Amino acid sequence: MDGVKPKKIVSITSVYTFLIIVGIISIYPAIWVILSSLRLGGSLFSETLVPRQVTFIHYKELFAKYDFGLWYLNSLKISVISTIFMTILILLTGYIFSTFRFGGRKTLMSTLLVLGLFPSFMSMIAVYILLNMMNLLDTHLAVIIVYVAGSPVFFLFAKSYFDTIPKGLVEAARIDGANHLGVFFRIVAPLSTPMVVYMALLSFTGTFTDFIFARLVLSSTETKTLAVGLYDMITTNFSNDFTVFAAGCVLIAIPITLLFIIMQRFLVDGLTAGGEKG
Amino acid sequence: MYEHRKTLEGVYQPHKVVEHRKVAAVLSVLLMGLGQLYNRQYGKGIMLLIFSSLGIYTAVTRLPHAVWGIVTLGEKERHLEKVGKIYKQVMGDHSIFLLVEGLITIFLLIVFAWIYFLNIKDAYRTGKIREEGGATSTFVQSLKYVAEYRFPQIAISIPMLGILFFTIMPIIFMILLAFTNYTINNQPPAHLIDWQGFKTFKDIFVIKSWSHTLYSVALWTFVWALLTTLTSFIGGFAVALVVQRKEVRLKSFWRTLFILPYAIPAFVSTLILKNIFNGQFGPINQYLKMLGLPVVPWLSDPTMAKITLVIVNFWLSFPVMMLMIIGILSTIPSDMYEAADIDGASGFQKLRLITYPAVMFSMAPLLVMQFVGNINNFNLIFLLTGGKPGSSDFRFAGHTDILITWIYKLTIDQGQYNFASVIGIFIFIILSFFAVWSIRNTKAFKEEEVK
Repeated sequence: MDGVKPKKIVSITSVYTFLIIVGIISIYPAIWVILSSLRLGGSLFSETLVPRQVTFIHYKELFAKYDFGLWYLNSLKISVISTIFMTILILLTGYIFSTFRFGGRKTLMSTLLVLGLFPSFMSMIAVYILLNMMNLLDTHLAVIIVYVAGSPVFFLFAKSYFDTIPKGLVEAARIDGANHLGVFFRIVAPLSTPMVVYMALLSFTGTFTDFIFARLVLSSTETKTLAVGLYDMITTNFSNDFTVFAAGCVLIAIPITLLFIIMQRFLVDGLTAGGEKG
Repeated sequence: MYEHRKTLEGVYQPHKVVEHRKVAAVLSVLLMGLGQLYNRQYGKGIMLLIFSSLGIYTAVTRLPHAVWGIVTLGEKERHLEKVGKIYKQVMGDHSIFLLVEGLITIFLLIVFAWIYFLNIKDAYRTGKIREEGGATSTFVQSLKYVAEYRFPQIAISIPMLGILFFTIMPIIFMILLAFTNYTINNQPPAHLIDWQGFKTFKDIFVIKSWSHTLYSVALWTFVWALLTTLTSFIGGFAVALVVQRKEVRLKSFWRTLFILPYAIPAFVSTLILKNIFNGQFGPINQYLKMLGLPVVPWLSDPTMAKITLVIVNFWLSFPVMMLMIIGILSTIPSDMYEAADIDGASGFQKLRLITYPAVMFSMAPLLVMQFVGNINNFNLIFLLTGGKPGSSDFRFAGHTDILITWIYKLTIDQGQYNFASVIGIFIFIILSFFAVWSIRNTKAFKEEEVK
């Protein structure tokens, strides 16, 4: 007995030490940026981690000096609209590939997978010219169209998930007279809440934080999104506005982080469901 | 598959059978919709007729110009022309616009040709039904039939059209650029662009500064992808194992805590980390100074910058790995461990013989995808180092640039469009190789052979 106990204590202490160290590493940047945003002055340099005097002035400056509110609205608008269409399109593509057998299906799937690996901005110049021809440059519609049009390449996770739904359910609904879209929207989609949430979450954060493409298309201050605005802020006014930038980071990260933490259950389900079938 | 066929068994047919299918097919070849009209499907026929006349009109008016545009890339430069007594600048042909317009026209025509082909097939099939004495479907019936039995094709064509025009066509455009002399010094509308075959491909290997940069950047790209994939997998695995240990309380609390790096939008946290690792004012170097230790040139020394990138990527990506591995761990039946305990297996043996194979079974294809993703991890490198520190013997690349960020610099900053396209093609070939490999090894594909 005497030999076992100390061993156990050592192992428990080392396990918790490990967890605490990983925990500190995980949250340190978040804590640091929150505290930076509350510090007086504008520079990156600070002598202490915890500010001596707490101020909220940088949050005010975000809205007074920059068009932060407008950028926020722009980002929300683009992301919400894109998310709705992207989620529907990804799920529908996954559902069709999972449920139906038709000629050329495998070729299509492989093509989509290969295209999904291809970094989208490599063809950006062509997309840019295309949007120019359609007279859509510097509009939100352009960004939304491109996001949505490119989204079906991410169908695989949804397909793997739908593969696990018993086919009997679909057939029963068909016998009861539901049409294909009816089955999809009323039976399959509600049954796949984890997948729907996962896809919506990924689409939302993806579009909310994308900046390379948005930066290429959206040039004027009125159309800028948060990501573009924030990036420009740190690259142009970096020297004296670091704390304002930090405040901006906090305001972007808080809603998305909360969303992720609240949706964690779905996230784990979605990731592992897709992952196991991968 | 469902067939629109009704056999009239036992019905006496005195008349000579007219070869409806041939007549209908030939008529449909002549003009889309004619076959359907012949088959007395008036609604469908008229619709197709209208559609085909639109298509043919477009083809006749646009195709010659499109082909001319693609072949010549324009013939007239912007030049001065004498109008009356004064010289005026006259706009020439815009090679790039010609190329894109040509591509669009050709793509539209491919879609049109496909529909034309389907129309002939349809006329032929309906003709056959008539020959066999079956009833042809009315317009409403046809619509119902399409909604019922052609649903997957119709539904999939919507996302596919988007992909065709906003993904595939731009990629083809990029590939075509590799064969031109399109650079910032030779830009429309001031200049015309010409086809120049494989010259750029040759240049990239023959001109020393290009080939040197290509090899170095490609090497670093692979090292980078390998290191990042391995570190995040091993790290995620280790954390998952510890979190899932029996004696750990508040498992979900720890999990939530560790997910934080993943939950914060990656581009925000990368910008934050860039400041944390700032050599002069960053907190890490401040702490080192306070402890009396020498400061580290996190982002300014070539080797250190690479290490920092790997560290930051690890921080960003271990949570996802952890989540996935936790998911897999929870599916391993516990009686396997109990049996191993009875056999007197050590903890390490259990890990090696039970846990590791189970995790690898599910993770292997995902790791390949992760590897490919890291080859293209543009955001992290662009935001954290921007490819810096710079190198004097590289062409337009810094020490930490991977192929994809190099392409970005070549296009956006340097305007070396043709060189960027050639490198893009290289990446595409490498990626396709991995993609085919992973598709072959993906369960989602394999399962179908069984069904």
